[in-house]
Amino acid sequence: MITLDNVHKSFGSNHVLRGVNLHVAKGTSMVIIGGSGTGKSVAIKTVLGLVIPDSGTITVDGTDVTKADRDAFLARFGMLFQGGALFDSLPVWQNVAFRLLRGSLAKPRDEAREIAIEKLRRVGLTPDVADRLPAELSGGMQKRVGLARAIAAEPEIIFFDEPTTGLDPIMAGVINDLIREIVTEMGATTMTITHDMTSVRTIADNVAMLHAGKIRWTGPVSDMDAAGDPYVDQFIHGRAEGPIEAVR
Amino acid sequence: MRQLAIIGRTVLGLLAAIGRVSLFAWGALTHLIRPPFYPREIGIALLHIGWLSLPVVGLTAIFTGGALALQIYAGGARFNAEAVVPQIVAIGMVRELGPVLVGLMIAARVTSSIAAEIATMKVTEQIDALVTLSTHPMKYLTVPRVLAGTLTVPFLVGVGDIIGIFGGYAVATGTLGFNAAAYIQNTVDFLEFTDISSSLAKGAVFGFIATLMGCYFGMNSGRGAQGVGRATKGSVEAAAVLILAANFVLTGVFFSL
Ligand SMILES: Nc1ncnc2c1ncn2[C@@H]1O[C@H](COP(=O)(O)OP(=O)(O)O)[C@@H](O)[C@H]1O
Ligand SMILES: [Mg+2]
Repeated sequence: MITLDNVHKSFGSNHVLRGVNLHVAKGTSMVIIGGSGTGKSVAIKTVLGLVIPDSGTITVDGTDVTKADRDAFLARFGMLFQGGALFDSLPVWQNVAFRLLRGSLAKPRDEAREIAIEKLRRVGLTPDVADRLPAELSGGMQKRVGLARAIAAEPEIIFFDEPTTGLDPIMAGVINDLIREIVTEMGATTMTITHDMTSVRTIADNVAMLHAGKIRWTGPVSDMDAAGDPYVDQFIHGRAEGPIEAVR
Repeated sequence: MRQLAIIGRTVLGLLAAIGRVSLFAWGALTHLIRPPFYPREIGIALLHIGWLSLPVVGLTAIFTGGALALQIYAGGARFNAEAVVPQIVAIGMVRELGPVLVGLMIAARVTSSIAAEIATMKVTEQIDALVTLSTHPMKYLTVPRVLAGTLTVPFLVGVGDIIGIFGGYAVATGTLGFNAAAYIQNTVDFLEFTDISSSLAKGAVFGFIATLMGCYFGMNSGRGAQGVGRATKGSVEAAAVLILAANFVLTGVFFSL
């Protein structure tokens, strides 16, 4: 469904992506792992057109993303940003219901609010946060509001950038289960970036490891432990020693 | 040779910047007339840019009008022309000082806040988030602000003109011994329609410039807190200089052609 073909991206002399090839099949969950700063966030942003690749092609359902009708294309997507990226001028529920309050998916205000509160409950937040401003929430709560916003309009394709970073282990478990549920029950196609190996094992159908600007290894999550790749091994066991340099 | 290269680079850089700003302005204008529209955002912008700027505009105008009356009186006394205070205050406020000072105060108050807000949104990925939520940042952020600036600054200038004239009136009648009724009569008789219409037209142009610069620098902010700081500084500098330059051009157009 989503295919990245030989995608390159540099920022000045910083060559972040150096020929990324990746395929995500419809209705599956792809998890991208890799050291921080390897370009995982940049890679998923290229799919959404938030970062324009220097070369290479990205297709969704066989259509080149640069040639797709932008509005129709984006209406299929939801995205949780690494930093939450909540609109700080809007109360929490209006953040979650942002899409439902305007544009082609607009719904009556009351209904949008109901949906927002229901989505907040799904990410483990009580209805009383609905009327607060994002700045009044902790980092982990903001992250979950961002997650609720990403799934609010029930998009077909959802990207999660470090959904469990900054959450306590119990809440991380709740979120992992939720993402898994979204894939199996709603049939969504997802790409998740994470460093958390528990997340990987709960969420993933397939795993891809990004290293040095390329996909170092990709395969089903069941093959990950037996991948026989020293880079993957070092990463999943969190060893300081190995081929991946600790100073990057 | 080296100097030439520096001059060349500067000129090219300047032309490129003018090109980018023009494209941005054009983008804002085309989005202005194409749906979807965001009436709520426009309402908020009208409130913040227009209504909430009234106090600072009023204070600026009243002190300027008062000082103007004192200066004209003192200057006029040198050739026995003290009597022209009402006329010169009126023309000075309405034609030049009203629009320019209001424009500069808007650059200080509104341009800076727009630039800082949008730059922060950019740095914290809120602009990217808008895009993924199928909302065009130009329509949602730029259009309401530029529209509100262009519509409300003429109104602010009008208020500034009146309060400025009142400042002159207060000083002239309070301390310089002018007759109140005669002062007002002189002012009203002296002002012409073009004085007022040019004042309001300048206001519209300055409002457009001030809000556009805030949006442009905000949207093109660099990364981090430093990026926000640079964007804010650059926006106010650009807005102030462009307002003064536009004022010169508009004065030429209105009064010497
Ligand atoms: N807009 C940008 N401008 C310049 N450099 C960027 C930009 N976005 C990301 N980078 C750089 O790209 C690299 C990869 O970033 P990122 O994708 O965020 O890493 P991660 O794998 O941790 O998500 C980093 O070195 C980062 O500094
Ligand atoms: Mg990242």
